Amino acid sequence: MDKLVISNNIRRLRFDRAEMTQQQLADSVGVSRQTIVAIEKGNYSPSLELAFRIAQAFKVPLEAVFFIENSSS
Amino acid sequence: MSYQEKRSLVNIASTILITALYAAFMMQRYPAADPYSREVFHFWGSFFLILIPISIVARILIYIVFSIFNYIATREEEPPIIDERDKLIELRAGQLSLYGFAVGVMLAMGSLVVEQPPSVMFIILICAGVVSEIISELAQFYFYRRGF
Repeated sequence: MDKLVISNNIRRLRFDRAEMTQQQLADSVGVSRQTIVAIEKGNYSPSLELAFRIAQAFKVPLEAVFFIENSSS
Repeated sequence: MSYQEKRSLVNIASTILITALYAAFMMQRYPAADPYSREVFHFWGSFFLILIPISIVARILIYIVFSIFNYIATREEEPPIIDERDKLIELRAGQLSLYGFAVGVMLAMGSLVVEQPPSVMFIILICAGVVSEIISELAQFYFYRRGF
């Protein structure tokens, strides 16, 4: 099965929210700033619950935050 | 370097230091008796039983000292939140540590198969414990550095 590469728009969404800081986002979803950094860089794929909480923090649907970039074998 | 990465390095250093100092102290009391005697088994039993509380207390003290010095040097406090990524990293590191210890236990049993004295088995078990702890901390260091 092809491996899905999940990417995200968190950096852009933070920018659109008056440069919301990583710490502010982390506080609003209840994780550490390092976890937000790891998600933003694409190093860590969050749980479904955390992904929804991040989308809720930005008041956008889940697919506006996370998307499948491409697929490779 | 993040707080967790520094903590892992401190834990590695403290594990090696505590075990080395304790082993150096206890080996002076190793009984000069037959390697299969009751005295030798009693020695190893007490070696393990005393090591556990000493190790726990010493690590707590080292951790407190590390937290204080780290705060003075960087004004960085311990992260107040343990989130899902921390738990996953801990689980993955624990799993790798368990594999390391399992290999050590097999080596220890293997030493009995090749008719080595029981002390060799106990020494291998101690080394396996230290190595598995180091594997756990190194894995945590690696996962925190990489992101996950």
